[in-house]
Amino acid sequence: MALLELRNVTRRFGRLEAVKDVSLAVEAGEFFTLLGPSGCGKTTILRMIAGFDAPDEGDILLDGKSLAGVPPEKRPLHTVFQSYALFPHMTVAGNVAFPLEMAKESAPVARQRVAEVLELVHLADKAGRYPHELSGGEKQRVALARGLVGRPRLLLLDESLGALDAKLREQMQIELIALQREVGIAFVFVTHAQDEALALSHRVAVMRAGRIEQCDEPDKLYTQPANRFVADFIGKVNLIDVEVAAASKVLLTLHAPGLGEIAATDPRPLRAGERGTFALRPELIRVFGHKESADLKNRFEGRVRELLYLGDVTLYKVELANSFVIEALMPNAAPGRAKFHEVGDPVAVCWRHDAGIYLAG
Amino acid sequence: MAGPSRTDRLARWATTLPPTLFLLAFVAAPTAIMVLASFREPGEFGGLAPWHGISFEAYRFLLSDVIYAEIFLRSLVVAALTTVICLLLAYPLAWLIAHSPARRRDLLVLLVTLPFASNFLIRIYAWMMLLGPLNLMFTPWAVMIGMVYVHLPFMVLPLYVNLERHDLALLEAARDLGAGAWTRFWRITFPLSLPGVYAGATLVFIPVFGMFAVPELLGGTGDILIANLIKEQFLQDRDWPLGSALSILLTVAVLACVGLAALAARRGLRGTATAS
Repeated sequence: MALLELRNVTRRFGRLEAVKDVSLAVEAGEFFTLLGPSGCGKTTILRMIAGFDAPDEGDILLDGKSLAGVPPEKRPLHTVFQSYALFPHMTVAGNVAFPLEMAKESAPVARQRVAEVLELVHLADKAGRYPHELSGGEKQRVALARGLVGRPRLLLLDESLGALDAKLREQMQIELIALQREVGIAFVFVTHAQDEALALSHRVAVMRAGRIEQCDEPDKLYTQPANRFVADFIGKVNLIDVEVAAASKVLLTLHAPGLGEIAATDPRPLRAGERGTFALRPELIRVFGHKESADLKNRFEGRVRELLYLGDVTLYKVELANSFVIEALMPNAAPGRAKFHEVGDPVAVCWRHDAGIYLAG
Repeated sequence: MAGPSRTDRLARWATTLPPTLFLLAFVAAPTAIMVLASFREPGEFGGLAPWHGISFEAYRFLLSDVIYAEIFLRSLVVAALTTVICLLLAYPLAWLIAHSPARRRDLLVLLVTLPFASNFLIRIYAWMMLLGPLNLMFTPWAVMIGMVYVHLPFMVLPLYVNLERHDLALLEAARDLGAGAWTRFWRITFPLSLPGVYAGATLVFIPVFGMFAVPELLGGTGDILIANLIKEQFLQDRDWPLGSALSILLTVAVLACVGLAALAARRGLRGTATAS
């Protein structure tokens, strides 16, 4: 039985359906992420799990028991708020001890647990500080410690890394994964940052306009997006409108209007004439000089229109026939060479027939 | 680094000089006159007697009669009691205003301040008409009612300003971590509202301690407070040194109370200043 289960949960605000018929299950010890653009309903789901909001339809179950009518203070789960919501008039130790106090834990046990959890988040030396004396990363860790100290079954994290700068964020991400593994508490994490979702989670539910578009492991989301939205939302992708020209078990031939034929593969039975989208990740495209030959099924000639030199990689924007622009990401791994092509160079973009995927609809 | 420029210095003088002069003329000078007057002797027909050197007569007289200590103590009790009652009445009101829809808040605050639109004495006379039929006139009850009535807005406003700025996420966090409504109030809302409580208490306590109009109009002969005593010395008994000595006693007592409260507040308020 899943630890947390949402069954056909719908939530309306006036005429707006913020959450539409969402079902999902989170296992014990899992790091589960709700990912989506702002306003997609992910925070509403989190608030319903925490008990600050209630579904209009459907049910939320913890350990198989419905949480309907259980107020937030009685739910065996804690939230790490986006703003951290540390109590400004209490010290770090006071903040962390608060949930234990509420649970009527005896003072010596509470002291012990507070010390342990502060050790865990590397804040043992800051126990006597007040929140306004802490840096952003330290506040974040206090908020985490306060959420973890009561050993809840489930910890909800609302955009909890959002307020940190990039470098600190990466460090906190690594700490968060380590911490989650160590304590073994299930995390439900809400974020709009796809890189964060991919880096942290066991499973990610991608949401749009109140619905779950796809719920999968990070690598599956990236390599096998269920639809155009997911492909576009997770990472960089070239999306090409296509029509199925011919389909067999081994080879799928797609016709891209103005561009030509694209060779691909798809195990599903597809019918010729079907319209869809061909999704191709930039890092799976090779850019060659136009005279170089490549032993690849797909080859299109064009010119480099723009390039972004990013240090480890270079992003080429190549203009193909019919002014279609395709993005290709090339590693700058060759020693002594900073760039392979310049703006205006005639080039050929090539990719393997199994590099991209066909998305119906 | 160069020092402040000429215009900077000029601006600083221009802005600080007028208030400094004002305070010197209307606070420092009168206080000095009063201190000096308290060490002289009353003139035969009021005012001050010709200078004969420093006299401690006024202070000696204050200490000689227990009635002065009694009235002083009564003033202190009335001030403290008024402050506490105002706090108890104002807190729920301020909380309700702070938690009402944003559009309605301004109207409610306006209603709280509306009594200021009519003259203080007229409002006290209105109370006389209300209390008379209830047979409460010229009793300590009437004095307390008048005091609380007059000073309630001074407690409501700073409390409202404080409560209105509270971060509601803190209450959600407390709730999420297992705190019921009662605990949330006493552990989060109330401690964070202490700056407002102190501000309101100061704004009520000080004027009540020195208030003479309310006991004079609503109270009986047994209800006079230290301020009535001071007024009597100057206007009726024509004993300026004694009046001055009483005034100084009142000022020192008020400063001591406020100073102690500020000291206690600083200890109890760590962290709340940034939150409010």
